[in-house]
Amino acid sequence: MIEIKGLTKKYGSFVALDHLDLTVNSGVVFGFVGANGAGKSTTFSILATLLAPDEGDALIDGKSIRKNSAEVRRKIGYMPDFFGVYDQLKADEYLEFFASSYGMSDADIQKQIPKVLELVNLTDKKREYVDDLSRGMKQRLCLARTLMHDPEVLILDEPASGLDPRARVEMRDVLHALKEVGKTILISSHILPELAEMCDEIGVIDQGKLIAHGDIKAIQKQLSQEKTLHMTLLENADTQTTMAFLESKQLKAEIEGQVMTIQFDGDEQAMHALLKEALQQDLPIVGFAEQKKDLEDVFMAITKGED
Amino acid sequence: MVRLQNPVLKKELKLRFRSFKSFSAIIFYLLTLLVFTVGFFLVVTDFKGKGFIGPEMNVVLFTMLTFVQLSLVLFMTPGLTAGAISTEREKQTLNILLTTSQTSWQIIFGKLTSSISYLLLLLLAGMPISSVVFLFGGISPSDFVLTYAYMIVILIALASIGILMSTLIRKTIVAMITTYGIMLFLTVMTAFFVFVTLSVQTGFDGSELGGQKPFSYFFMAINPLIHMASVIYPEVSESALTVTSMDLPLWVTHISFYVIITVLCLWIATKNIRVNMK
Repeated sequence: MIEIKGLTKKYGSFVALDHLDLTVNSGVVFGFVGANGAGKSTTFSILATLLAPDEGDALIDGKSIRKNSAEVRRKIGYMPDFFGVYDQLKADEYLEFFASSYGMSDADIQKQIPKVLELVNLTDKKREYVDDLSRGMKQRLCLARTLMHDPEVLILDEPASGLDPRARVEMRDVLHALKEVGKTILISSHILPELAEMCDEIGVIDQGKLIAHGDIKAIQKQLSQEKTLHMTLLENADTQTTMAFLESKQLKAEIEGQVMTIQFDGDEQAMHALLKEALQQDLPIVGFAEQKKDLEDVFMAITKGED
Repeated sequence: MVRLQNPVLKKELKLRFRSFKSFSAIIFYLLTLLVFTVGFFLVVTDFKGKGFIGPEMNVVLFTMLTFVQLSLVLFMTPGLTAGAISTEREKQTLNILLTTSQTSWQIIFGKLTSSISYLLLLLLAGMPISSVVFLFGGISPSDFVLTYAYMIVILIALASIGILMSTLIRKTIVAMITTYGIMLFLTVMTAFFVFVTLSVQTGFDGSELGGQKPFSYFFMAINPLIHMASVIYPEVSESALTVTSMDLPLWVTHISFYVIITVLCLWIATKNIRVNMK
């Protein structure tokens, strides 16, 4: 379980984190969403005990990052957004080095290496030099490293950044597997639809503040009051009548061909009433649908498109 | 087989000996020693390859080899240590290392010992060449051991300074320049300060102003070259004490100074490698 209490971090006059409060329960995959510079990496660095907060504290499984930083380090597996590897080590030696850095015995290390390599699908690369691995493989090897000491909490800062589509899919599959084994995962990404697929909850951070937090459906619902509707008219039908009808309802609409895009502020009942009235007026409607919002839209709506 | 308990040390040694640079540095080191040794014999024998080398000349050979080795150590140590932490930072591997369970001391100690063990290997590799002095008399095994012991003290102190600079300074190149600067201060500037402080306490007519000269004594004691000369030639040490009117043997101040520097540097590096979370 992760409990963040009033975490504040300033760089001069710039407030990177502004009294951030957040709780992530055990076994939850939590997606941290925010524009560049919103405070995601700062939060993760503080949780990984790499950066001291100016105010506040965070508890990982009840251990304070301030008072019990050594114990916190033992409980977490941290993967930064940018990282290097020791190119002249072989994949298994790389894992062995980090495992021994956590005080694991040789016997345990030798048992754990095949397991984590299998999980990240790198078994056949065990004796390859890290230098010879592709970018995606290095990312997965780094993820394997975070798993060597079997931490309770994984803190993954943009684990899929810079990967090609295939490597992203592979990384996503690995994260799905980790979710299955019940790890508490804190993950940030700009690949928001991917987060939507794998996260139980998301938190949206903007200018150091958590501006939305909860399960994905709840956040999408919270934003669903502002809808985009697509109304398709019969081919060659007159669009002016429909446009006049929408204007009478004080709805903003744009037209492209026979499709009208309408900004609608109302629930499903209001949508039903609008459609019913339009049909009663014999408007030439052949299609009426709400544009589904994915996490990308949610993110853009919450952060008002700042990036 | 003794299992290396320090993961950083084990990793560093593995990486170091997978690099061709390490072997080429050993070759360069041995070639330098060889060139000086062979050159000495050629000069002494008027390039005839035949002649007689007595104990007095052998002491000169010993002095030359000791100073060549000391100089190589002084120039190689900053290069090997001043990038120990900052290179990890530049290659973005340090953050990952710092989130492991290793204590700050384990990381610093691992980095230090890996550099020191490589430098010790250099000294060890050079021993067959430098032990040529035993063939011509005038040098006792204790002289030989003592010069190596003092070299190791300097080596460890300079390595600690390099590690500290590498911890405090983000960029390797700046850390390296700073460490070389400190090395030059200890070898060149202190010798200059000896001269200056002695001059200040001497009258314009050359007459002694009398009294103890603790500053001159201190700079003599911490200068690795002057101190090494005093180890090989005891009369240098005696003259130093006479000129400065001090009683404490140079080696006592020398060892104390470098031990304090070593402890201080490692302590500060250990305290600063990680942020203080409290």
